[in-house]
Amino acid sequence: MTTHAQALPTARRSVVTEIIDWVTTVDHKRIGIMYLFVNFFFFLIGGLEALLVRSQLAQANMKVLNPTLYNEMFTLHGTTMIFLVVVPIWAGFANFLVPLMIGARDMAFPRLNALSFWLLLFGGLVMYSSFLFIGPDGYAQLPNAGWTSYPPLTTAIFDPGRNIDFWILGLHLLGASSLIGAINFLVTIINMRAPGMKLTEMPMFVWTMMVTSSMVLFATPSLSVAITMLLADRHFGTHFFLPAQGGDPLLWQNLFWFYSHPAVYIMVLPGMGAVSEILPVFSKKPLFGYSFVAWSSAAIAILGFSVWAHHMFQVGSSLAVNTFFATASMIIAVPTGIKIFNWIGTLWGGALQLKTPLLFMIGFISMFIIGGLSGVMLAAVPVNWQVHDTYFVVAHLHYVLFGGSMFAVFGSFYYWLPKMSGWMMDERWGKWHFWLMFIGFNLTFFPMHISGILGMPRRIYTYAPGQGWDIWNLISTIGAFVIALSILMFMINFVLSARRKVPAGDNPWEGSTLEWATSSPPPAHNFDSVPPVKGRDPLWILKREAQQAAAESANI
Amino acid sequence: MKKRSSRLWLIGLAAALVAVLAIVAIPASRAVAQNTLGVICPPFCMVTFNTPSIFNAASTETIEIRGLFNFILITAAIIFVLVEGLLFFTVFRFRNRPPESAMQFHGNTKLELAWTAAPAVILAVLLGFTLQTMGQVKAVSASNVLNVKAIGHQWWWEFRYPDQSIVTAEELIVPVNTNIQVSIESNDVEHGFWVPELFGKADAVPGYTTRVVFTPNTASQYYYGGQCTQFCGLEHAQMRFAVVVRTDEEFKNWVANQKQPAAAPETLSGDAAAGQKLFASLPCIGCHAIQGTAAAGVVGPNLTHMASRGFIAGGVLANTPETLRAWIKDPQSVKPGNDMPTLGLSDVQVGQLVAYLSTLK
Repeated sequence: MTTHAQALPTARRSVVTEIIDWVTTVDHKRIGIMYLFVNFFFFLIGGLEALLVRSQLAQANMKVLNPTLYNEMFTLHGTTMIFLVVVPIWAGFANFLVPLMIGARDMAFPRLNALSFWLLLFGGLVMYSSFLFIGPDGYAQLPNAGWTSYPPLTTAIFDPGRNIDFWILGLHLLGASSLIGAINFLVTIINMRAPGMKLTEMPMFVWTMMVTSSMVLFATPSLSVAITMLLADRHFGTHFFLPAQGGDPLLWQNLFWFYSHPAVYIMVLPGMGAVSEILPVFSKKPLFGYSFVAWSSAAIAILGFSVWAHHMFQVGSSLAVNTFFATASMIIAVPTGIKIFNWIGTLWGGALQLKTPLLFMIGFISMFIIGGLSGVMLAAVPVNWQVHDTYFVVAHLHYVLFGGSMFAVFGSFYYWLPKMSGWMMDERWGKWHFWLMFIGFNLTFFPMHISGILGMPRRIYTYAPGQGWDIWNLISTIGAFVIALSILMFMINFVLSARRKVPAGDNPWEGSTLEWATSSPPPAHNFDSVPPVKGRDPLWILKREAQQAAAESANI
Repeated sequence: MKKRSSRLWLIGLAAALVAVLAIVAIPASRAVAQNTLGVICPPFCMVTFNTPSIFNAASTETIEIRGLFNFILITAAIIFVLVEGLLFFTVFRFRNRPPESAMQFHGNTKLELAWTAAPAVILAVLLGFTLQTMGQVKAVSASNVLNVKAIGHQWWWEFRYPDQSIVTAEELIVPVNTNIQVSIESNDVEHGFWVPELFGKADAVPGYTTRVVFTPNTASQYYYGGQCTQFCGLEHAQMRFAVVVRTDEEFKNWVANQKQPAAAPETLSGDAAAGQKLFASLPCIGCHAIQGTAAAGVVGPNLTHMASRGFIAGGVLANTPETLRAWIKDPQSVKPGNDMPTLGLSDVQVGQLVAYLSTLK
């Protein structure tokens, strides 16, 4: 194990100075860790909101939440999980990992990096500060029009409270955080790679972060523009979205989905990168078809900008428009399929160590297949006319974003936590966490396909009995509590492991990328000396060379 | 190593137990929930239309879509089984079994081309069928057409038959084997118009007219349930409507009846007469229209023939004297936030209003 002169003065480290150290830090590793804590905090809040929603829907005519609260809870659940959890949590991982993976000292702009973190935190706080402001109806003015917030419903005429304003202002800060982060990642990745590391030989996670950051850069302004226009409509007398004064509600849908469809890939691509890092390590063999995985990511990023109107097949667009978006949406399944086959190719012939990180990543692949197939079904326009805005879509999006992204998040956490903390998560609790989450997830979301086919619309706070929906909703609700239990397992695991502190060493998984060449946790300056990079999987190359050298010297 | 894997089986067993328990517990808890809720529920329970499903297609168009759906579903199921099977076989076959070690290879261009081309071909076929169905489903026909206008309001649907000069609400009555061409508009925010058995959905977008075409193939007294599918505010869940497919004969009779004005006030007697006078003196007439009387409001549903409808309150309550009484007495507790105010009427007054409204056949 490499050792570093970390044991500098310890006497001055009171709790206060420790806090000040963290609050004022510009170290990418500390910022990354703060991201993860904040994201996990919001993940718990979003999860509690989901439990409330599921409780209300457990049976017909339930009275757990009234309509006001229900509408606020599902709005906050969606907004929180997307904008405060899945999008930024990858920025959190990337903050910690990208400089280490490319052998850099820090991000290109450390202060901007801190700014993106604080904007994220305060964006979340601004949105949730709505809890403190009671409106004329006696309820806190929480955002209440869905994470999509379609006008005219969200204009001041139909939603006169401050609810939507909190949503808009919070999103503005989150959008700025995301944009600043994307620029920082791009500059870091393009300019600060270790000598010898070509763009096409970077770790796949770094590659997908580069692709993702480009998407953020092109997509996010569209959302910022849309919410600025909405704010102006609400307060400054403009009428971008009000048809009576010549505005157009569909303009919102176009602008919103021009961000929010690419956002799906912004949430999934880094997960795909993480899968591509973790599968080889636990298979003990290199990634299958590196360049196909890499370029299919780039293809997804480009195609991802030409599918947004598949969220709008029911607004009466012309046959030509619908044909274009149906075609593009089906084509995008091809690069996704390529990835899945390459991952199976990576596992094929390996010596698979079925540890928790690998289990989560296999879970990711198997759930993402379902999300991908239901995505193709939704791309078929007439089928979409039937199942759009029903629970079928809710099932689909959770298979992509939870079965996909969040499984990859947990897999990544188990995999990289030893590098961040210096200690290992417990395997047995980890496996309980995985299996419970896997079962709970499928119990919750698979039945939603069926309730959607049976005609249950999204976003309804209640439903009549006897429509065949009760049983599927009850199963979903039971599943949601199983997921909650699995998250509890995760937290218990974290606390127990943090107290037990089983030392990780520099490279507990025998990883191939540069972050495993420094100590765990890494010193402030990351590397005493960056190992030479002679291709993909640099640490494995060095190991092979050392073995060869040893064999040769033995032969002599 | 051995011990740990046997523990994994335990987890699977526990999960299976949970699943079995859930399946056993569901009918029980459902019965309990319905019984206990039965106490709180009436008269505010939502009515049940039927058990909707996109598989119970009852129009030429939805039968077409069901064919496409089934085709894609079967294709997807086959791909699902193959790919997941391959994945799990790989994981099982190549789990770490020393002394076997990992084979070292990093790609195969022929394989890559194969698994790029194969999905592309499958998708091209799916796309072909999709485009074909798209053309058929939205085809507008020139003859045997009934034009209807559906207008979304927060939170109820208004239906107009421009060629018959009929204005009604809650219930869309259509003749069998006719091309029903629905123009969909919105009076306020976006709504979604959908009946799973009869047509795919189209949104009501303010400033636009969208269209749905459907040709129902069986006449019955059965109610097809429709529900708003685009989130439209507080009572989005309580914005419903029903479609009834009638024979030509029945439809003609219905049209003839709807074109009659409401019973003239002077023909009424007793509670109904008192109710008529009360109705005319209350704010009711500011929002509701009853043809042939002074009531000419356009905010709420037209009530000229409200007694002939199966539902009230935005398709949420069955139209019976009891539910009507509860609704008029306190609409804000039945459906909080809707536009109809709770007027604080006495039971006698409510009874008179119900008696009057029940004459509007």
